[in-house]
Amino acid sequence: MAEWLDDFLFTYENLIHALGIHGLLALSMYCVMALGQLSLGQAAFMGLGAYTGALLTLKLGLPFWLVLPISALVPALVALVIGGPTLRLNGVYLAISTIALGEVLRVLYINAESLTGGALGLSGIPQKASLWLVYGLLAVCIAGFWAIGRSRIGRAMEAMREDEMAAGVMGVNLPLYKLGALIASAMLAGLAGSLAAHSNSFIGPNEYGFEAAVTILSFALLGGIGTPIAPVIGAFVLTALPELLRPLADFRLVFNGLIIVLAVLFLPRGIVPFRLRRAP
Amino acid sequence: MLSQQLVNGLVLGSTYALFALGFTLIFGVLRVINLTYGFYFSVGAFVALWLARSLGASIWIALPLGSLAAGLVAVVIDGILLTRLRRTKAGELPSLMVTLGAVLALYALMAALIGTEIQRFPFGFVGSTALEFAGVRVSLVQMLIVGTAFVMVAVLFLLLQYTRLGLMIRALAENEDAARLMGINVDATVVAVSFLSGLLGGAAGVLIGLNFNAIQPFMGEAMMLRGFAVIIIGGLGDIRGALVAGILLGVLEVLTAGYLSSNAKEAVGFAILVLTLWFRPVGLFGRAQVKRA
Repeated sequence: MAEWLDDFLFTYENLIHALGIHGLLALSMYCVMALGQLSLGQAAFMGLGAYTGALLTLKLGLPFWLVLPISALVPALVALVIGGPTLRLNGVYLAISTIALGEVLRVLYINAESLTGGALGLSGIPQKASLWLVYGLLAVCIAGFWAIGRSRIGRAMEAMREDEMAAGVMGVNLPLYKLGALIASAMLAGLAGSLAAHSNSFIGPNEYGFEAAVTILSFALLGGIGTPIAPVIGAFVLTALPELLRPLADFRLVFNGLIIVLAVLFLPRGIVPFRLRRAP
Repeated sequence: MLSQQLVNGLVLGSTYALFALGFTLIFGVLRVINLTYGFYFSVGAFVALWLARSLGASIWIALPLGSLAAGLVAVVIDGILLTRLRRTKAGELPSLMVTLGAVLALYALMAALIGTEIQRFPFGFVGSTALEFAGVRVSLVQMLIVGTAFVMVAVLFLLLQYTRLGLMIRALAENEDAARLMGINVDATVVAVSFLSGLLGGAAGVLIGLNFNAIQPFMGEAMMLRGFAVIIIGGLGDIRGALVAGILLGVLEVLTAGYLSSNAKEAVGFAILVLTLWFRPVGLFGRAQVKRA
């Protein structure tokens, strides 16, 4: 490998990891928003994946290829319990029922000290998530969502986003689609959490609360949800920006919040406003 | 000590009810899940704290002025964030997202400016005398909390039921277009509702600040989680439901802390919220609505 590339990778390794993982999180948000639903539990699902993955690796010593799918399964089960009942109600209920999840789990992580390390979190997690793995998964997910988006399923999803009732009348099985999307998004977030845990080598209980949830939402809102690549671009921009805006320090979250406000008010289609093309 | 626990729970629950009342009023009338509502709560508490500390104001001044300030902040924030979305009839999700972004920015700003350490009212702000009824201690602060909550709720009910403004608010809650056609000044009514809800949220902030004597910027965030639980259990937009559910949650939290563990307290509201969504998504008193195409 060229020397400058080596240098570059070494200096920015953490950032490059974070970009890929945030890209996956943005896709998990896309997955529910593409149906016109809103989940505020993505950070909580990510945390569940991170803790599950870290514990399986540290306490049971399971191989990484087995840890990853289990870290995706646990958040999926929780999503089923929390989100299941809201699927027959409108989108506001999903947002409300998931918004508190992160905080409740935070209290749990802090108090289950013997297992989760309490407020100190878990450290010394082996760094098993290579860049290849993170970006490979990201590429596979984008391609997968792209293919789904262009299929019959994607058409149904877009119909639900535009007018849920009309879509239902046209024969789209609304609860099935909502359930599928919620579970897929929880799995994806859990996967991203596990990858993050195995690349930072440390996780703490305070990383998956309200602020993280809002940050993940801001990825999708800034990028837009017209195509699967749009939220990923949003995530890249919002992850790279703080590096450039380091002097903002304490005001970084102010900036994140304002981006959401401005994006919803003035850029409802995001900075990548294109839509998927389909055969007529 | 069950009776003492019940009294403490009732006190806590009446602040929850007061808080949830403003929250559910916003949803019931304006059809918005306004997440900046928790910020009004913090504003109320901090303004009262500032008045008490810097100007030596008594509780009888700090409480009304704190609530009033929160009401004004509510009107301004609502005007900036939601006017545009209301005009385009953007629906519930975009307005939820706008207020979500705004509240993150507002808390972060407040924390950066004021700091996140816990602050307290000056010693002796409210006298520490307490009455005893049959072995149950009720402190002055607790009486003040229940009394204020009761008066505010009663006034709100009278206002909604018997005044012209109340009629306007109820008409707006029923149907915005119809209200407009009947000559109701919708914009002014929206401002009034924002103000009233900010007032309720701010008052709840001062009272909770008094109850625990601990004030910090993110106190509104923790309160919002309970607010969600209460308005879902009571039924979205249902004022009577919010009252009952608020008091219920307060009592259950205190009992959980007393007999189980104080850590489990945080999860009580969430657990009931999930159960409500599974078994009775329309809330305590709600009736199922069928939406037809």
